[in-house]
Amino acid sequence: MKNKGHCEDLLASLSDYVDGTLDGQLCEALEQHLQSCHNCTVVVNTLRRTVELYQQEEPDAMPEAVHQRLLHRLQLDDFLHEG
Amino acid sequence: MNEAPLSLEALRAGDRAEFARMVAQYSPQVYRLGLKITADEQDAEDVLQETFVRAMKALPGFEGRSSLATWLFRIATNEALMVLRRKKPQVTLVEETGDADEEEGVPHPQQIVDWCCLPEAEMLSSETKAEMDRAAAGLSPALRSVFVLRDLQGLSVRETAEVLGVAEAVVKTRLVRARLKLREALSAYFGERMQKVSADEE
Repeated sequence: MKNKGHCEDLLASLSDYVDGTLDGQLCEALEQHLQSCHNCTVVVNTLRRTVELYQQEEPDAMPEAVHQRLLHRLQLDDFLHEG
Repeated sequence: MNEAPLSLEALRAGDRAEFARMVAQYSPQVYRLGLKITADEQDAEDVLQETFVRAMKALPGFEGRSSLATWLFRIATNEALMVLRRKKPQVTLVEETGDADEEEGVPHPQQIVDWCCLPEAEMLSSETKAEMDRAAAGLSPALRSVFVLRDLQGLSVRETAEVLGVAEAVVKTRLVRARLKLREALSAYFGERMQKVSADEE
């Protein structure tokens, strides 16, 4: 990164930026910086993609046996096939 | 979900059918939370069971100051962190004294590879998913719990702060650190994949 000091300041605000919750003024400063800093652009794009990949991940299903043992532990076996 | 909302009154009064409805509604999320924080199926099952056992005992005194979901996630997160602490007491001890994670500042990016153009199939492969799990499991418990609640469970920053009992600013700092570390790990992995893809094409 060319402008190291500037880039470091911006790093802390990247999370808010990819969430779209960064304050207007900071956001403008960041976007202006991104136009001239290739490395930061790559970091922002790959950070956004990283967060998207995790957020869109298919949740691991809870195995049926785990569900059964949970209800058994809670003495709720009679509700096994409801809900 | 079109079901009628859970009745706090019935839950507090120890209504079994209502408790079973609460279990049906929240157990998949509680299981996933446990699985992602502990990175172990048996531990996740223990977390799941302990969470609802404790909830059952504590419900009569539940005042409803936070939502039921937030309250359950708090119990589950504490259980999961306790499991980690029991497994690696020496690691968590260091972290409890001042949390080294927050004193280091934000990690400076090392991997500058633009892997966004990789084919979608590459990103959704089971190998990639395993790599993503490995990367998340490599985060410290403090960073991992924030990341799991915010990015995997989809809680807001405010809700995450409420579950963990920390300030929103702390959540934000940990979140940016966690995400940058994951970006680093995935960039190293996808960088290698890109080299393989272009080698295969030649």
